[in-house]
Amino acid sequence: MSSELLLLLCLLLPLTGTLLVLLARARPNLREACSLLTAAASTGCASWLLCRVAAGERPELQLAPLLPTAPLALRLEPLGAVFACVAAGLWFVTTIYSIGYMRAHGERNQTRFYACFAIAMFAVMGLALSANLLTLFVFYELLTLSTFPLVTHAGTDASRRAGRIYLGVLLGTSIGMLLLALVATHTLAGRLDFAPGGILQEPLAAGRVGPTGLALLFALFAFGVGKAALMPFHRWLPAAMVAPTPVSALLHAVAVVKAGVFTLLKVAVYVFGLDTLATTGAATPIAWVAGFTMLAASLIACRADDLKERLAYSTIAQLAYIVAGIATATASGALGAALHLVTHAFGKITLFFAAGAVLVAAHRTGIRSMTGLARTMPFTFGAFALASLSIIGLPPFGGTWSKWWLGAGLLDAEQPLLFAIWLASAVASAWYLLPVVVRAFTPASAPADAQHHDEGHEAPLACRIAMAITVAGCLASFFGAGPLLTALAAVVQP
Amino acid sequence: MNALALQVVVPLLSAPLCLLVRSAGFARLLAAASGLFGLGNAIWLLVAVRDGGPLRHAYGGFVPPIGIEHRLDLTGAYMLVVIATIVAATTAWAAITRLDELGRSRRDLFFAAWQMCVAGLYGMTLTADVFNVFVFLEIASLSTYVLIAHGSERRALVASFRYLLMGTVGATFLLIGIGLLYAMTGTLNMHDLAVRLQGTSHTSSVRTALAFVSVGLWLKAAIFPLHLWLPSAYACAPAAVSALLAGTATKVAFYLWLRFFFTAFAPTFALDDLPVAKLLLALGLVGAVAGSLIAVFQDEPKRMLAWSSIAQIGYLIAGLSLATAAGVAASLSHIASHALVKSALFLALGGAIAALGANGRPLRLHDLRGLSRRMPLTAAAILVAGLGLIGVPLTSGFVSKWLLVDALLAADQWFAAVVVLGTSLLAVVYVGRLVGAVFGSADDAPPPAARVGLGAAAVVVVLCLLSIALGIFTSFNVDLAAQAADELLGVTGSGK
Repeated sequence: MSSELLLLLCLLLPLTGTLLVLLARARPNLREACSLLTAAASTGCASWLLCRVAAGERPELQLAPLLPTAPLALRLEPLGAVFACVAAGLWFVTTIYSIGYMRAHGERNQTRFYACFAIAMFAVMGLALSANLLTLFVFYELLTLSTFPLVTHAGTDASRRAGRIYLGVLLGTSIGMLLLALVATHTLAGRLDFAPGGILQEPLAAGRVGPTGLALLFALFAFGVGKAALMPFHRWLPAAMVAPTPVSALLHAVAVVKAGVFTLLKVAVYVFGLDTLATTGAATPIAWVAGFTMLAASLIACRADDLKERLAYSTIAQLAYIVAGIATATASGALGAALHLVTHAFGKITLFFAAGAVLVAAHRTGIRSMTGLARTMPFTFGAFALASLSIIGLPPFGGTWSKWWLGAGLLDAEQPLLFAIWLASAVASAWYLLPVVVRAFTPASAPADAQHHDEGHEAPLACRIAMAITVAGCLASFFGAGPLLTALAAVVQP
Repeated sequence: MNALALQVVVPLLSAPLCLLVRSAGFARLLAAASGLFGLGNAIWLLVAVRDGGPLRHAYGGFVPPIGIEHRLDLTGAYMLVVIATIVAATTAWAAITRLDELGRSRRDLFFAAWQMCVAGLYGMTLTADVFNVFVFLEIASLSTYVLIAHGSERRALVASFRYLLMGTVGATFLLIGIGLLYAMTGTLNMHDLAVRLQGTSHTSSVRTALAFVSVGLWLKAAIFPLHLWLPSAYACAPAAVSALLAGTATKVAFYLWLRFFFTAFAPTFALDDLPVAKLLLALGLVGAVAGSLIAVFQDEPKRMLAWSSIAQIGYLIAGLSLATAAGVAASLSHIASHALVKSALFLALGGAIAALGANGRPLRLHDLRGLSRRMPLTAAAILVAGLGLIGVPLTSGFVSKWLLVDALLAADQWFAAVVVLGTSLLAVVYVGRLVGAVFGSADDAPPPAARVGLGAAAVVVVLCLLSIALGIFTSFNVDLAAQAADELLGVTGSGK
């Protein structure tokens, strides 16, 4: 199969999934089978693309002539291929999990759920494979709009309020700042494609923009990509936690938030160019914002009692790691950022799976109410413990490598204070994740809790399978990080 | 007969025919046929102009400076196709739905006024004679007053009367301006004026003429702060009329001013000698902000859309004020994209009004709750058109807004670019309110009184699809608009 066709297939498969889900709406089993099948096919497709890109292929495909200088087009490159692969693979796992979760939870409107899920994945694929900023923006907005029905799935007033925050922040930042940054880039450079080494050094050399202008532009990008959840534009992520857990797991720990940092990574590497960023220091202010976000979000996470909220703030902190890595404008920082995009995905999705499993099986959301719960749900909390270790960055889990490179990047950029913050929030992540595990494994003493335990049981089988796969992913990304590093290093070290 | 003439003559003759036959069914058929003919003819003309250069037709064989000339260049042809599309869609919708909203008013009279209005709109776009502009403007305006007064609420009469007052002031101002120009140059032909006005820009007569023409046309184009007639006129008119006016009337007035500004007067005149550009940019931005802000707080969807129109006209003016090819191209492109979505929205609301039976009292946002269950097609159209109004990617609104912001940034108008994007955020809010109402649940809402046929919904869907098509395949609203803008600026030799 030609690589162009494969590219198109990878984009269109999730959309086909939507159609199939809608067609099979009357028969839940068939509908879920369709979801699983398309997710599996997408995963296969994306992995195939990853092999192609490792072999050095860079296929391009034009979809529509949107603007004379920036068509709607796809282009394969390593960063995108890795992201597409991770997103598709975890979509498959999440679909398995959803089947267990949605049925056990007796959720309504499941067809809409699966259909929107597939559209969101279509947007993610398009975003990952986009050839220029405009295409990326198109899919970025599609992702926001298609996940809105998922966030407000419950249909309650609380979920509608949260949905308004979600849409307001994401659309507001993207239209108010990201679009402005896009047009400004277009005005400056006259093009929007992703080119190795960046497209902005030419206007810089010609004197059309100075270092301050570039810093401003980078800030517009960094804040405009609201999905990266830099403070003060982070409120949408905790708000989105009203969504069913599979949505929080895949979209708000992997696909949507990672789409945000992925966008920033692409912008830094292919629009600004790491060298340009380093010589002008245009990204340094954002590094400090990221440092602040890292620390503040970690502290908030320590105080949150609702497990999903704690995980949400943890995500914000981990995203700030990635942004800080990008903003160092060093090769090791960017490499760490790209790697963290992958390893954090495996870890965080496991944590959310576990949180959802607790909700489904034991109907608990507060961390204080989870004392002794591991007695009835050993598997779930075991997975939670292992994934926590990965998030904290301890071997033998994938998080180790990415944190290592991120720290190295901060040191390379000669930012000792940021390195200290990096260290402090790594400690904080242990502080907010491990107590959950400890509490769950502590035998409950209060008699009031005892009666809960008798009716407790383990999560549905589908949920457990999903968790097993993602924990295996955490391990695999530790032992198998070599090839991934080679593929990504080509991007950041020209 | 010449195709240029036919474009105007067909609707102009259809109007009295409606009166002669006195049959509602015949009037509907005739209107639909004439609307479709207008669209086909306009497209044919566009192709001819694109391939063969400007078309000219001198009426009665009298040579231009003396006789009346119709002249179509690329800009005009572009406008003509936009207008003809909206006319064809709204006419088809009006013909299909049988206009329940009108109650017992006579349909043949309604369609007669409608055809007169359409003839006026086409005439203004085609003519190269400034007095002829005034004549067609009055034809269109007088019939518009009648059309607005057809609204089912009593307020429609007040709205119509208010528009009549302000419209008459505008037309009179235009006439005074034309009179002054004639006194100075002795000609009424635009291209002749362009030649004879050279070197006269210092005279106060010509300056006064520009002021009168500008204010007169700004009134008709509802440019802030001369917009006061628009909200109640759009809100109270029958939905089909609102859709027709929103898509065409203000746009044609804007286009006419473009003509005066760039063809008759040299742009260097107004821009270099007088601070018109700054004034225009300021008016455009204030209009965009004020219109969007007020739209956010409206409770009647039609009024909300009307205020949104005022904001969109602000964008047009802001793009034009740059007097660069990119800015004018952005304005032209925005005319097309906004006309499509705004007409689609008004028609969709018209369908909702017919189905919900809200006749006699204004439709409010909460009346729309549950619409997505009862009229899924209409609700989907409102969603898509709303997204187009915001300027979400893959709709034509995105492309035109992109061009506008790009043109503003290229001219170093950072503040203006930020304002345009900021008002887009306000658009998110008001469109969000509308879409939220449509897709909101309604357990207490009354059942629909009447169903709108599939045909009427199909018209709306076609407009939405057109908007999406123009957002993906952009050769019409990007390439053609750019060519038209180049031509418009090139005519006077100032193509910056």
